[in-house]
Amino acid sequence: MTASAPSWRLSGGQRRHLGGAQRSSRLVSALVVFVILAALLVFFVLPAIWLVLAPTKTASQLDHAFPLSFGSFGQLGQAWHDLTTFEGGVIWQWLRNSAVYSAGALALTLVTSVPAGYALAMTKFRGRKLLLTVTLVVMIMPSSALVLPIFLELNLFHLIGTVWSIVLPFSFYPFGVYLVYIYFATSLPRDMLAAARIDGASEWRVFTRIALPLARPVIGLVAFFSFVGNWNNFFLPYLVLPSSNQFPIQVGLNQLLSSTPAFNPVAGKGLDITSPELALAIIISILPVLVLFLFSQRALVSGMLAGATKG
Amino acid sequence: MERATAPSGARPARRHQRRRAGLAGYLFVSGYTVLLLAFGLFPTGYSIYLAFTNSLGQFTGLGQFVKVVGDFRFWPAFADIGSYLAMWLVLVVVLTVVTAVILRGRVRPGLSSVLRFLFYLPGALAGVASVLVWLFMLSPSVSPATGLLRALGLSTFDQVMAPGNLPVILVLIAFWTGAGGWIVVMYGALNNIPDEVLEAARVDGAGPWRTAWNIQIPMIRKWIVYMGILAFASGSQLFVEPQLLAAASLGRVSPTWSPNQLAYVFAFQYGDFNSAAALSVLLLVIGLIVAALLVTRSGLFKVGDE
Repeated sequence: MTASAPSWRLSGGQRRHLGGAQRSSRLVSALVVFVILAALLVFFVLPAIWLVLAPTKTASQLDHAFPLSFGSFGQLGQAWHDLTTFEGGVIWQWLRNSAVYSAGALALTLVTSVPAGYALAMTKFRGRKLLLTVTLVVMIMPSSALVLPIFLELNLFHLIGTVWSIVLPFSFYPFGVYLVYIYFATSLPRDMLAAARIDGASEWRVFTRIALPLARPVIGLVAFFSFVGNWNNFFLPYLVLPSSNQFPIQVGLNQLLSSTPAFNPVAGKGLDITSPELALAIIISILPVLVLFLFSQRALVSGMLAGATKG
Repeated sequence: MERATAPSGARPARRHQRRRAGLAGYLFVSGYTVLLLAFGLFPTGYSIYLAFTNSLGQFTGLGQFVKVVGDFRFWPAFADIGSYLAMWLVLVVVLTVVTAVILRGRVRPGLSSVLRFLFYLPGALAGVASVLVWLFMLSPSVSPATGLLRALGLSTFDQVMAPGNLPVILVLIAFWTGAGGWIVVMYGALNNIPDEVLEAARVDGAGPWRTAWNIQIPMIRKWIVYMGILAFASGSQLFVEPQLLAAASLGRVSPTWSPNQLAYVFAFQYGDFNSAAALSVLLLVIGLIVAALLVTRSGLFKVGDE
């Protein structure tokens, strides 16, 4: 951050000693903090706990037992068996598809968006402002508005039903470009680059040796949002992929939902997919994203630019 | 944001450097630009083209727009999404910023990290999974919050799924899956503020809330505006969530609750891509207007634009 501190300094007369009033206001303040955090904790965590416990119960136990009770491992095994034998273990195929689509798109996103965000923030070229504006515009544009036109475009180029019909649209990620741009623009001192250039470093060297190492937190952030977004994307694969063995897990979940009697009384008779199996499928479908979060968390929390400005 | 201009070197050298940097800039943005053209601009232009023509490719002027706006489901869909957006934007901006400030300054780092993880956790379930979870959460027979639902006078799934409740339900789902990610981003932005600045504020007698309001929040304003833009965009394009809720509510919720669902019905039930495109273009224009307002008012683009 090159900005100097804003002029917020209080005048000497406003400095007060710790009085009784201030101590009680501190208490209220701590209480407010506690209440907000506790309420948020319950809101965010309770459904997750319920979800983890659900596959250990039968559908009828889900209705009648205490919502946060544990059923049995035997029941969990039964749910696992029912789910993994559904249509000959198609869930593994769905997970593999999701992995291919998300990882492929992630690689392409990083290779294209990090240099682009860097160039938009740190170099000057004709059309820079235009590109930045268009990026913002496309970024805020409802992406579902583009799904149908993208479908028609892919159809035109005979890409429907191929891996590329998912990976290529997924890898276009203006949000990532903008995150990188805003990170460099606010956090990387331009003088640092200018100094390196004067020392004779090439643009490529400046980028790889100075900018990239400093950008590790934002790269983690982009990779993370891109992977999670693509892993969870539903609309495009739903339209573009015709056959079940090409589905990513999200579209597969939708198919499971319509096979679950609890949510679809008409269909699903005689199938083994009930609420516990559905809950288990949800858990399995999110595991890769959770693992990724554990790995990128350090980059996320270590602060966006702990190294550069604080030395 | 002040930027030091390049140190006073020899003038020709500077010009050479600038040209070199310009060329490098083009190379750096080239890959992204190709994707932008292929999956951003081309489809956009194509949807505009579709919106002004009919299925035979004949120019129809504003015909498709007139038809879409005149549809009996058009205004209800926009009223639905409007009430949802109002609630969602206020909630997400206020709560994520307040929470990030608290997690940055009022909680021990270890606990803060654990809480951020737990708040983020549901983000992994965005999309179909989150809707499925909330179908369970909102169904009084299995929900862990049955008591709360009953206290609100909702004792059957049917009552919960009353059309009037849908904006609240969608805000719950969106906040559950989306807020944690934004808290992480806001926290990262707050972390960018040098410790010395906060230390100086403390020495001068500013309390934590005062520091937050006068220093921290103004310094991360850019990120807050950015969040507002994206929250609006994602909110206005709501599709999967109401679509699945409509399916699971067994007809209580309209299948054209949101404008995007209406566009979907035009396209895939009537095969009317042109009307669907016209509706998409309308949504797009609304997004653009709001984004332009936020961008111009926040100075989002001033950085690096000496």
